Amino acid sequence: MSAAPPTARAGTLSRAILYAILAVFAIIYLMPLYVMLTTSFKTLDEIHQGNMLALPSNWTIQPWLEAWGSACIGLECNGVHGYFFNSIRIVVPAVLISGLLGAFNGYVLTKWRFRGHKIVFGLILFSCFIPFQIILLPMARVLGILHVANSTTGLVLVHIVYGIGFTTLFFRNYYETFPNELIRAAQLDGAGFFTIFFRILLPASTPIIVVTIIWQFTNVWNDFLFGVSFASGDSAPITVALNNLVNSSTGVKAYNVNMAAAMVAAVPTLIVYILAGKYFLRGLMSGSVKG
Amino acid sequence: MPNSPSRQGGGARAHLQRWLPKLVLSPSFVLVLFFVYGFILWTTYISFSNSGMLPDYSWAGLRQWSRLWNSWTWGIALHNIWVFGLLYIVSCITLGLLLAILLDQRIRAEGALRTIYLYPMALSFIVTGTAWQWFLNPGLGLEKTMHELGWTSFSFNWLINSEMAIYTIVIAAVWQATGFIMAMFLAGLRGIDGEMIKAAQIDGAPTWKIYLRIIIPQLRPVFLSAVVVLAHLAIKSFDLIVAMTGGGPGNSTAVPATFMYSYAFSRNEMGIAAASAVFMLAVIAALIIPYLYSELRESRS
Repeated sequence: MSAAPPTARAGTLSRAILYAILAVFAIIYLMPLYVMLTTSFKTLDEIHQGNMLALPSNWTIQPWLEAWGSACIGLECNGVHGYFFNSIRIVVPAVLISGLLGAFNGYVLTKWRFRGHKIVFGLILFSCFIPFQIILLPMARVLGILHVANSTTGLVLVHIVYGIGFTTLFFRNYYETFPNELIRAAQLDGAGFFTIFFRILLPASTPIIVVTIIWQFTNVWNDFLFGVSFASGDSAPITVALNNLVNSSTGVKAYNVNMAAAMVAAVPTLIVYILAGKYFLRGLMSGSVKG
Repeated sequence: MPNSPSRQGGGARAHLQRWLPKLVLSPSFVLVLFFVYGFILWTTYISFSNSGMLPDYSWAGLRQWSRLWNSWTWGIALHNIWVFGLLYIVSCITLGLLLAILLDQRIRAEGALRTIYLYPMALSFIVTGTAWQWFLNPGLGLEKTMHELGWTSFSFNWLINSEMAIYTIVIAAVWQATGFIMAMFLAGLRGIDGEMIKAAQIDGAPTWKIYLRIIIPQLRPVFLSAVVVLAHLAIKSFDLIVAMTGGGPGNSTAVPATFMYSYAFSRNEMGIAAASAVFMLAVIAALIIPYLYSELRESRS
């Protein structure tokens, strides 16, 4: 539905106001990104003298090189690149495994229902909404017992466990609308549980796979609480490294390097959002809002 | 819905086929039972124990809980989450609805504008906090820029003002989440049946009246979802505060999430930390369980 089409001359003025308001909001929304980006290409001198909104008068990529390779985080002065790769090492397995488990769960909960399936789903779903503070203390102990504390492996485990709720929700809602007749026909032909999944459902699942991957990717990449609680030091993800860099109290604050490091942390999710945001939104709207 | 395949064919294979679905689901279910519900029970028990730096399973009754409620910082944290949560939810919903309605007027560049309003959602709170901390930096950021532009009396030092710092966090948080709420409302608007609206238009009702009387009331489910999503995000708020103010100046921007973290990992007071976590869970559960229950019930019909 769209509201009244503008008619007559009275419309022209109100259209102009409408576009003006939308443009002002667009500027406000873009401002922090613009400031972050331009600051990352300025020299410290220029930052101290000049106007935050001005473009750099001397463009320099030095802050980016420093942020990537030589800025000091804690006692180490190797920049954020190691932490960037930590995040990749965490994100890839965590997204794939939690996605696969969610797909199987969604399949079972819609096409192979058993007595109590709703309770099982409700229990899994609730795990999306718990404040993670409730699991921090026992999780720290369990990771210690499993000898994966302060490691990327430990974080992969954590993200898989707490990702299952959302991935199950997405696939369950998607498979709910998938025609049961097709499943039944395949069963009559003698197809088994896995054959039906891999031959019939999975090939039709591209939209929800995209949504799940984007959702999990951004969630895991942007995580800070688990990273800072369970992986201090060398195994920390990029968000923790960025926070340590920016909020370290020693030395002169290199705002340009901080902003370059923030951009490094932001680029992967921004790229994903710009490339696939449309599918994400469409899927999210049809999937997550309804139970 | 097809149920477990035919029972007539006996043998091991049929048996396996019947159990396979549950077998496939069970690893996830066991993980969730242990890592969610088991952990909830453990933390709840710890909140009634004598635990300090290490877990101590001796029963202490309400000792940790009374220490929590007598804590000055916890009082500030509760006050802050209330102020922050309320402003955050109201602002996001107001702005999100406004933007959705504006974008719904057959706007030429709708796709591009939507992308612009939504991109902050893709960023981590740590990146957002870093950007806003810089943007609102009293010495160099917005304030200095305004002075450069000739507005020399302009002053904006909320970030380092203990009375006002919590509001800077509201600004950044609203900036981050409005786009998402806008998208929810936009989806809601697009789903509304056009018949009544056409009728009202024929009657000559002005657009604002149509929105107020017909369209917005129909968005009730979206309002509910938005409140639940935002309240849940607010109670979980941690990253943004750590990145922007570190809970300071002093304790002025402490919230339950930062309180819990500092008692758990810096002050080594497991018992109080556990009690504060249980309290957070209780508040969220009171919000979420009725919501999930009604959503799951609806999908049955």
